[in-house]
Amino acid sequence: MKMNLRKTHPLIKIFNNSLIDLPTPSSISSLWNFGSLLGLCLTLQILTGIFLAMHYCPNIELAFNSVAHICRNVNYGWLIRTLHANGASFFFICLYIHIGRGLYYSSYNLKETWMIGVTIFFLVMATAFLGYVLPWGQMSFWGATVITNLVSAIPYLGTSIVQWIWGGFAVDNATLTRFFAFHFLLPFIITAFVIIHLLFLHQTGSNNPLGTMKNIDKIPFHPYFTYKDILGMLIMLFLLTFLTLYSPYFLGDPDNFTPANPLVTPAHIKPEWYFLFAYAILRSIPNKLGGVIALVLSIAILYIMPFTNKKKFNSTQFYPINKLLFWSMFTTILLLTWIGARPVEDPYIFIGQLLTVIYFMYYIINPMIHKMWDNLIF
Amino acid sequence: MAASVGRICKTALLKSPHVPTIKQVCSLSTSTREWTRGRKAFLGTIGMLAGGTGALLFALDRSVRASDLELHPPEHVWSHTGLFSSLDHASVRRGYEVYKQVCAACHSMRFIAYRNLVGVSHTEEEAKAEAEEQMITDGPDDQGNMYKRPGKLSDYFPSPYPNEEAARAANNGAYPPDLSYIVSARHGGEDYIFALLTGYCDAPAGVVLREGQYFNPYFPGGAISMAQALYNEAMEYSDGTPATASQLAKDVSTFLKWTAEPEHDDRKKMLIKSIGIFTFLIVLTYYVKRVKFAPLKTRKIEYRPKEK
Repeated sequence: MKMNLRKTHPLIKIFNNSLIDLPTPSSISSLWNFGSLLGLCLTLQILTGIFLAMHYCPNIELAFNSVAHICRNVNYGWLIRTLHANGASFFFICLYIHIGRGLYYSSYNLKETWMIGVTIFFLVMATAFLGYVLPWGQMSFWGATVITNLVSAIPYLGTSIVQWIWGGFAVDNATLTRFFAFHFLLPFIITAFVIIHLLFLHQTGSNNPLGTMKNIDKIPFHPYFTYKDILGMLIMLFLLTFLTLYSPYFLGDPDNFTPANPLVTPAHIKPEWYFLFAYAILRSIPNKLGGVIALVLSIAILYIMPFTNKKKFNSTQFYPINKLLFWSMFTTILLLTWIGARPVEDPYIFIGQLLTVIYFMYYIINPMIHKMWDNLIF
Repeated sequence: MAASVGRICKTALLKSPHVPTIKQVCSLSTSTREWTRGRKAFLGTIGMLAGGTGALLFALDRSVRASDLELHPPEHVWSHTGLFSSLDHASVRRGYEVYKQVCAACHSMRFIAYRNLVGVSHTEEEAKAEAEEQMITDGPDDQGNMYKRPGKLSDYFPSPYPNEEAARAANNGAYPPDLSYIVSARHGGEDYIFALLTGYCDAPAGVVLREGQYFNPYFPGGAISMAQALYNEAMEYSDGTPATASQLAKDVSTFLKWTAEPEHDDRKKMLIKSIGIFTFLIVLTYYVKRVKFAPLKTRKIEYRPKEK
């Protein structure tokens, strides 16, 4: 008997095994939609980015004007540009929910998938930072100056490395050109990492809300999750277009509508909203090197999750105290985001420092409470 | 749609009517009715504490903000702020007149060309006439010399000064910013522009202004190098609208909103279409998804131990 082509063709069977016949837990909730939504975000960013790159000029004399040209003279250029800018925000919303779901339901137990995922998170952050520099507005320039200067905190080699990154003695034309090159390149590297992320995920299969043995109740990916993912994608696209078409600059900074001027420092230099929590952590440490380490650690600490959180149940819903801790952590991140947008003055300095301590304490206390609860129950 | 109607009518159109299944689902319910009194009290207390903390932080933030030296502009109800509202094009046209007669003496508008006015505030003939009023430097000609010619639709608004240095020299060291993006480039947008233009007053006691500076509480720092430009009857509108200072400020703010976001009206039109299309697609996909999941969601799983 002739086998179905989709199951035998060397290329088509890859898609079949990933999108059609893939055995998927029946109980996964809408929180499992965010992986596919991130795929959509990445695709959208790459597509809109390619069209922007056709008109953008990575030169400090032309960059700001070329963005204005895209918005004013290119057919639907304003739409492509604002979709790209707001698309980055949606990318991070989906990323944070995706990671939050992983933390709550202990998806980090799929070690390889988790490790690649955190690496993707770092790459996306780098790409977003590089992209924010490109319009060459005041906040682009000063954001780039502040963040690249952090590298100078590295003992002995710091200054040399910063100048190597700049391609000169300040953020200048060489910096903008290379930032554009890397901003263009990184999404394709992210795509490669996403494929590896999925490769590892499909070796083990998805986690599920109950965290039970995964092979008990599985259903094919199609039609159940194809339709569910399409629904999720439509809802996200609707929200994205709504924001883009109603208030496209709502999440941006007005200072970035002023061309970069190295002689005029903006009153409050701050990154885009999605970096504010990390920025608040950076500012909480009075020592520069300490701040940089805390900043990197605030994300890199996710790498240790699979090793520190050994417990009997997978899902946090079976650990009432950890559930409370998780939502406290969620609130802490929201408050850190708020602090990151505030000027560096009291009482914000103290609140930021307090929240930074609470943020890192979560990663220490959480596994201890897991253990305590397991000891109580078993 | 049927699913939504079903939900509203409480008749599960897509659910299996098998009683055991419903019973099973009911016993797994997480609704608040199942909560014990202690749990309700605990969660209620947590909620109140969280809400109280949030409100306290918000109040703290507000109180600190109120201690700032600069005044934040009050928010006005602009005719274009609604979800489906376009710009007031008569106001844009009047605002252009204000810009041309008052602002253009010092401020450039380098991203706006006369062609942009066509179909927005002027007819093609009117826009051509506006352009022709300006003498534009062009060239070089066959002899390599620059020359002056009347403006064309494709020309951008001419700048009042040849460069930044000339602008500073003419304005006591201050540089009048380009106005193309000014609404987007200022916190508060058009509210800020309106408040700034109508907010000039005498400096309070203790505030020292240098020569050529004026006091405006809405300007960061309070000391601004631009003198009050708009007064009642400072100019005459071509449509006969009474040119009060607030009318002039409102119209030029609307005009500057348009220069910052010329796509504003197209955007809102596209928003209407997008809401229609996405609503249809989301409802349709939700229905199909529910249909596909219905057998799965209404199945009964039984445990039957092996008979000895």
